[in-house]
Amino acid sequence: MATDPETFPVRSGEDVVKARQVVRSRAMDIGFSLVEQTKIVTAASELARNTVIYGGGGEMRVERLYEGPKRTGLRLTFEDKGPGIIDIELALRDGYTSGNGLGLGLNGARKLSHEFDIWSKPGEGTRITITRWK
Amino acid sequence: MERIPILKLESFLLVSIQVDMHDQLALALQDDLTQKIVATRARAVLIDISALEMVDSFMGRMLGNIASMSRILDAQTVVVGMRPAVAITLVELGLSLPGIRTALNVDAGLALLRAAVERPDVLVDGD
Amino acid sequence: MNRPASRLPAIVEQHQKEVLADWLSNQASSGALRAGRIQESQLRDESQRFLALFTKAIQEGIEFETRGAQWADIREFLTELSRSRATQGFTPSQVATFVFSLKQSLFKRVNESLKSDPAALAGTLWDATIALDALGLYTTEVFQQAREQLIARQQEELIELSTPVVQLWDGILALPLIGTLDSERTQVVMENLLERLVATGSSIAVIDITGVPTVDTLVAQHLLKTVAAAQLMGADCIISGIRPQIAQTIVHLGIDLSSVATKASLADAFGLALKRRGLGVGRAATPGA
Repeated sequence: MATDPETFPVRSGEDVVKARQVVRSRAMDIGFSLVEQTKIVTAASELARNTVIYGGGGEMRVERLYEGPKRTGLRLTFEDKGPGIIDIELALRDGYTSGNGLGLGLNGARKLSHEFDIWSKPGEGTRITITRWK
Repeated sequence: MERIPILKLESFLLVSIQVDMHDQLALALQDDLTQKIVATRARAVLIDISALEMVDSFMGRMLGNIASMSRILDAQTVVVGMRPAVAITLVELGLSLPGIRTALNVDAGLALLRAAVERPDVLVDGD
Repeated sequence: MNRPASRLPAIVEQHQKEVLADWLSNQASSGALRAGRIQESQLRDESQRFLALFTKAIQEGIEFETRGAQWADIREFLTELSRSRATQGFTPSQVATFVFSLKQSLFKRVNESLKSDPAALAGTLWDATIALDALGLYTTEVFQQAREQLIARQQEELIELSTPVVQLWDGILALPLIGTLDSERTQVVMENLLERLVATGSSIAVIDITGVPTVDTLVAQHLLKTVAAAQLMGADCIISGIRPQIAQTIVHLGIDLSSVATKASLADAFGLALKRRGLGVGRAATPGA
């Protein structure tokens, strides 16, 4: 079971900060520990920045997941209509960067999540979904 | 545009990051610090991040850049006050902040910088 | 089921006294009182109460239901019995035998009452078997639940108890690890240690693994992550108490511990920690010597 997704714009540096704050507050709501909150907020920050820099802006969707009393989680989806990623495998490699980061953005977000899903098509855009369970 | 204040104490520059920084603000801090090191002939930079609730790869890179640029300008850098949850997340992320000296708090950071500035031969040891 | 109403309730009600007497003497001779764990008076009292509750419950049908209101009293009684027997050191089968042992005396009365009607006799014996088996198994279930709750509570306590962070000296903390490290426990240990470093302003932590039986790749990685996180915060870790076979395992697994200071014993690690803090231990001048 999931709540209706909330949608937030991710178009500027300020939006990245707002996205972090939203994710932090939702993670607190569902009872993530401090370390768990920090991990998903950091992953969100990486992906939101990618959306702005590489995707030319897009949006973030936030869903709270409830699967049984002991399994709650947070699912974040970042979607843009930018140029897309030509070689996903290469982009997921540690140290790879085509922009301005340490080359850890995409793969870092994957390491900080329990589930990671990426869809991208050159010329159409990119959609990345991460899930972290409590 | 808003800016993060830089204080001068003796031959040190002190920065305490108290806001959730967006990337432009981080880049501005990098610019301001390098200019101020030259202008004040500072020997060391202390950056307090105890208020930061997260450090991602971009901020990690920014801290690394500041340390490298300072070194070229003959100044030492120490980052103090990283929270445990932030440190655990950085390790999970695979980010080890090479070349950055760290200390638990401002006191420990200042002691480290004083020792480094007084006896430059000890410097390289900590890296 | 289209069977005629069971004859069991009537027979039990009618012969309650005799059944109880038989049952008690059976229990006594089968050694239920052996080892003196419970008094004869207690067993008599419990048997009497159980039989009374059983008699009452089956008046409304012999099929046991774990949620049925008619069985609430007997369930409560058996739960209490299982719990107290569990703490007295009885095994689950001994507890279940308390219920099963009623069969012998009960069957005897059923037999006598229905001698002339073999079909009813078979049906009634079957009813009694179903009813008592269900109740006997129920005691086992409750017994197991009580055990599981106990184990879960002990595990939680163990995690807390087994991860004490102690201050050895001003600026030096020690974390003596005891027992197997799994990833959940290691996470708790890791966070706890790092929090204490900040709280006490300590720049050195000694992680002593003398009490850790084995180190596998995962545990070693957790340790290294703790060390790396501490370094990011500006503190150093020393790992002590690495036993010979663990040293061998670490090398065979190809785990690189070169970034961490390691010492054979906690004492050696403490010595190194003092040295790093610019301190030392010396012999005091003995007064009057």
